[in-house]
Amino acid sequence: MGTNLLFVPGNNPAMVQNAGILGADTVIFDLEDAVAGNEKDAARTLLKNALESMEYEGCETSVRINAMDTTHWEKDLRTVAVAGIDGLVIPKAERGEDIKAISEILDSITEAEDIFLIPLVESALGVENVYEIAASSKRIRGIFFGAEDYTADIGAVRTKGGEEIFWARGRIVNGAAAAGVEAIDTPFTDVEDIEGLKKDTIFAKALGFDGKASISPRHCGFIREIFYPQDEEIRYAIRVMDTVKEAEKSGKGVASMDGKMIDKPIVLRALKVLRAAGIKEDFRYE
Amino acid sequence: MSKIRVSLRKAIIASGLKNGMTVSFHHHLRNGDFVINMVMSEIEDLGISDIRIAASSFFPIHGSLVRHIKTGTITAIDCNYMSGPLAEAVTNGMLQKPVMFRTHGGRPRAIMDGSLKIDVAFIASPSSDDMGNLNGASGPSSCGSLGYAMPDALMAGKVIAITDNLVAYPNGPVSIDETNVDHVVVVDSIGDPSGIVSGTTQVTRDPVGHVIARHAADVIEASGLLKDGISFQTGAGGASLATAHYLREKMVSGGIKGSFGMGGITAFFVDMLEDGLFEKLIDVQCFDLDAVRSIRENPNHIEVSASQYANPSAKSCSVESLDVVVLGATEIDTDFNVNVLTDSSGNIMGGSGGHSDTAQGAKLTIIVANLLRARLPIVVDRVTTKVTPGETVDVLVTERGIAVNPARVDLMKSLKEKGLPVVDIVELKEMAEKMAGKPRKVSFTDRVIGFVEYRNGEIIDKVYQPAKE
Amino acid sequence: MGKKNAKAGSLESSDLLVVIEEKEAGEKLEIVMNSIVEKQYGDRIIEIAHEIAALKGMDNVRILIQDRGALDYAIRARIETAIERYERGV
Repeated sequence: MGTNLLFVPGNNPAMVQNAGILGADTVIFDLEDAVAGNEKDAARTLLKNALESMEYEGCETSVRINAMDTTHWEKDLRTVAVAGIDGLVIPKAERGEDIKAISEILDSITEAEDIFLIPLVESALGVENVYEIAASSKRIRGIFFGAEDYTADIGAVRTKGGEEIFWARGRIVNGAAAAGVEAIDTPFTDVEDIEGLKKDTIFAKALGFDGKASISPRHCGFIREIFYPQDEEIRYAIRVMDTVKEAEKSGKGVASMDGKMIDKPIVLRALKVLRAAGIKEDFRYE
Repeated sequence: MSKIRVSLRKAIIASGLKNGMTVSFHHHLRNGDFVINMVMSEIEDLGISDIRIAASSFFPIHGSLVRHIKTGTITAIDCNYMSGPLAEAVTNGMLQKPVMFRTHGGRPRAIMDGSLKIDVAFIASPSSDDMGNLNGASGPSSCGSLGYAMPDALMAGKVIAITDNLVAYPNGPVSIDETNVDHVVVVDSIGDPSGIVSGTTQVTRDPVGHVIARHAADVIEASGLLKDGISFQTGAGGASLATAHYLREKMVSGGIKGSFGMGGITAFFVDMLEDGLFEKLIDVQCFDLDAVRSIRENPNHIEVSASQYANPSAKSCSVESLDVVVLGATEIDTDFNVNVLTDSSGNIMGGSGGHSDTAQGAKLTIIVANLLRARLPIVVDRVTTKVTPGETVDVLVTERGIAVNPARVDLMKSLKEKGLPVVDIVELKEMAEKMAGKPRKVSFTDRVIGFVEYRNGEIIDKVYQPAKE
Repeated sequence: MGKKNAKAGSLESSDLLVVIEEKEAGEKLEIVMNSIVEKQYGDRIIEIAHEIAALKGMDNVRILIQDRGALDYAIRARIETAIERYERGV
């Protein structure tokens, strides 16, 4: 999925048709907050037509559907799942069983075989249940933390320093890691404050996040730069994966490199580095 | 002997203006200019007709000239740029003779070599003394530089200064001096300040414009020209100004100090001068109030004539010392020829201005444009009107790829080495047509409504009247 | 009771506004279009409108299109939405 995800309003043709060139690794076409209640149908139809006819080369496409407590979500899901998307962002994720239900609907749609899920955890209950959510389906690529709704839910004031979300961020990273999926940090909402964005992104990376979402194309480049691994990290990761695949091919149970055994954490770390560098690697632990 | 004439009418009579003559104007007051309309209406009232009007540019405010074309007062037009109702009237074939479209450098060349002979020059003057020492930097209608009026003042048979700000003799600083001025007329107002400084200096909010601008700044860096002493010019709108923004970031982070910024000067360039990112500004025209203030107060902000700016017949001119220019386009063809005069439907909506001059002069000429402009592919097989020849254009930067003129093998190599998304210009055309569909060809009549005169005097294209559908 | 009508889209750049109005009984489908790129793409826009109207069996309406340079996909989407809204009666 790469390291930066960009929200694009789902009912704005000028943005929708140019979403692929704005510098995002993954575009999130938004049917939820960016679309007014009486325009949900129009946005859904616009996205369906765009996804069916436009080419989005060089980035992944996903759609944030409406939350499961609305009347829109299932129509959103069934419409875009057959239009050729890579992933779905599920807002207000609070229980594993909800995500499982979505996953099962997708299982019944032939075109949706490869669609990944990113539950958006943005409530006190969601944060409590983050591991359960993250482990609820094989389709889950990562857990995405939404700090604006979360702080409102716990009754804290959202600040640039982010002390109020420190604990939740840690729990998200931990829950995602325990389930073997990525953790994606909340957008930095002051579009003009580039220094603030950099600081917040560096901090999120230090906490263990794998990437960060944004609401402005101007942020994409900075986020990618901060998450982009060092050259030696990339070279090392490529060697690790070559060694592991070689060992697997020759039927060896254990792979070793430079006299050290390559265990699961090393492989997972290597995969993470390659993903952040945008290098495709299909290897999967069964 | 006093040069003050009690009225514009008396000044026109004193100038000896007759049927069939040529009058000239500058466009420093832009869309706030009152002088052209005021003078032409007086000329019509005097019963003088068959006038050739040679202004450096026309704006929407000059729509009333359409009336003078209908009555036969105006029968010929020369200019470097034209927009608004006048352009519409010319597109509709109202003027019998084709308009002569020149460039900002071609106009002074034509004036100096006599191919554009001006009988009476009317010079809107934000400040003047009673002997006709003029400058544009002070007064209620101040516009900064008077660069475009300087060749007219030098070469016209008679020169009439029109001011709303008469100051005590001697006026200073002097942009145009009394040795060239015959008459001075004081009027209530020569312009509307809000229209004079109409240049947009906002960096675009369009995210696609920012993508293009970032690519363009990367191209400048990859070209090897981004080093101490760099000189730079850019347009004031959209992606062009955003490119300046990203170039500025690169200059700051690399500790690079430029030699000069040039052009239509905006607040953005004034900031760069004041922040020490440029040593000097070369200013033929001010776009906003910050530029006007700077040219008045800062000796490193240099006012130049249109001739010094871009006249190709001069012994040298500033565009020849320019490293990088970033320009726009309404169309660019697969041979890199650029159109900034007509839109894709054939309607006149602009003109070269300094486009062709800077493109030929600069070491690196970058065209920035959205691949689609209101659905219309920017890259076409053949431009509707050829204004800037492809030989003088080096790079086209769009949001979906960068095309390099195949003649610039060196540049192509360095951009590729830096990992920039270089594609063939034909590929960009195909990409655009895939998104938008191939546009239906617009049909034209065989009636010529304009000539495109290149800066050296050569007619390089004709503008045809679009057919009525 | 007034005539049925519905609309979709906007006059933003790259978008279009579609209005559908019910006509008198027995009157035929009518498509009225203006576009900033009418010379180059006007025929194409009308063709799409006819195609979708036929597909959805709309024959007793007037479809008014004001186009601001939208691409085919957006033209399709806005007409589809307008028709769905018309049929739902919103």
